[in-house]
Amino acid sequence: MQAKRYGRQSYALPSKPRVCSFASTAGKKEGEGPLQNSFDVVVQDDTLGEKSWEKAETRMLSDTVSLCLRKAGLREEDVDLFLGGDLLNQIVSAGFAARGLQIPFLGLYGACSTMAESLLLGSLLLDGGFAKRVVCATSSHFSTAERQYRFPLELGNQRPPSAQWTVTGAGATLLTCEPTHPIAVEAVTVGKVIDLKQNDENNMGAAMAPAAADTLLAHLRETGRRLEQYDRIVTGDLGRVGYRLFRELCKQEGLELGDRYTDCGCDIFAPEQGLQAGGSGCGCSAVTLNGHLFQQMLAGNIRRLLFMATGALLSPTTTLQGESIPSIAHAVSLEVVPCC
Amino acid sequence: MNDQQRQQNYDDMVKRLSPKSEKPFSLLKAFVVGGLICTLGQGFKDLALQVLRLDQEGASLFCSFCLIFLSALLTGLGVYDRLGKFAGAGSIVPITGFANSIVSPAMEFKREGFVTGVGAKMFVVAGPVLVYGISTSVAVGLLYYVLGLLGG
Repeated sequence: MQAKRYGRQSYALPSKPRVCSFASTAGKKEGEGPLQNSFDVVVQDDTLGEKSWEKAETRMLSDTVSLCLRKAGLREEDVDLFLGGDLLNQIVSAGFAARGLQIPFLGLYGACSTMAESLLLGSLLLDGGFAKRVVCATSSHFSTAERQYRFPLELGNQRPPSAQWTVTGAGATLLTCEPTHPIAVEAVTVGKVIDLKQNDENNMGAAMAPAAADTLLAHLRETGRRLEQYDRIVTGDLGRVGYRLFRELCKQEGLELGDRYTDCGCDIFAPEQGLQAGGSGCGCSAVTLNGHLFQQMLAGNIRRLLFMATGALLSPTTTLQGESIPSIAHAVSLEVVPCC
Repeated sequence: MNDQQRQQNYDDMVKRLSPKSEKPFSLLKAFVVGGLICTLGQGFKDLALQVLRLDQEGASLFCSFCLIFLSALLTGLGVYDRLGKFAGAGSIVPITGFANSIVSPAMEFKREGFVTGVGAKMFVVAGPVLVYGISTSVAVGLLYYVLGLLGG
């Protein structure tokens, strides 16, 4: 038992489950951003020809999972488990996608941390020998998130500069227990819910940065690693405000992140796109990881990557009732290893 | 360091590192756009008074109708939200903003049905304005009446 555990929050994965294939679908705005060439599919029509935004998001998630399997030359029946979630009430996008895919399904809710949460659980299940192949996927859609969390799309209101823009996109990773592919998950750290009493829903980065810092510190402390052992540390969707706060929090703990730190929320949109502090949503880290980041690993530009998706665990109701925003971050350590 | 100190320190850090709205420029944009909408309203009123030969009350109503129609049309065409993004309070405060706040949820929630969607959600943004606007006008009216009685 103890052999696979570094500490209270961190686990080792000696069997090193591999990333068998990955796929990403992004919306139009994302397709005009700096990462435009890294996505498998860019949808020009964000309704995807469906009658409602919710249907469009479900379709996007389900198509991305299918594409991920197709890229590996596999079909739905070859996969043992689908781990996924999204931002909508009752995680309907994932549930409805699973209805069509007919892969045994476990629905997860970790807000925008879901990509890391699903990879974390998927690789634990593979390492434990409970499955051979697991697909981990998540999605978000600007228009479904707006109507659930904020205002109608056509309402003429302004966003403060610290606000973030929900990414329209879906990402899927297929994990396998066979050592046939070069990218491996070798350790994971489960985050704790951290709340430093931030209550501005237009500044989610500020709410989530302390959770990311807490998870990074726990990961390094428990595994006994140094920051320098990672080529890249990536947070999910802290955005431009949270990015600065995360750096500052790490600095206070004596960690100089330097060039090795980036944030998916900052990278997915260019500042000139006028989307305030950057991207957010489950899809933000999902499309960045399942496109740009994995491609960089395959190209040999990143050898060791610590992927930390961050989530704000609020609901519109709790905000109206004056609650602060509790947040979480999970860490997944990925590395390029020799394969046969 | 206890929890409260930690939260206080973090609050200070958030304030220091969060960007501020560009106030003077935003105010100017709101002033210009809000002013233009009101000028347009005045144009409608003058049209009603001088061309259509309506009385003062009729002209005011005509002006409101035109502005509400225009705002609803522009909301439907997906233009008003862009105007709102640019002008802020400049396009929210006039009656056009109020029309936008009713038309936009009506459009958004059409898929949930005409009763449970459009009907139930239409006033989700404007509702509080109506409730407190009408309550305040009743209260002020009563006060006015009572003061009138006392003053003879």
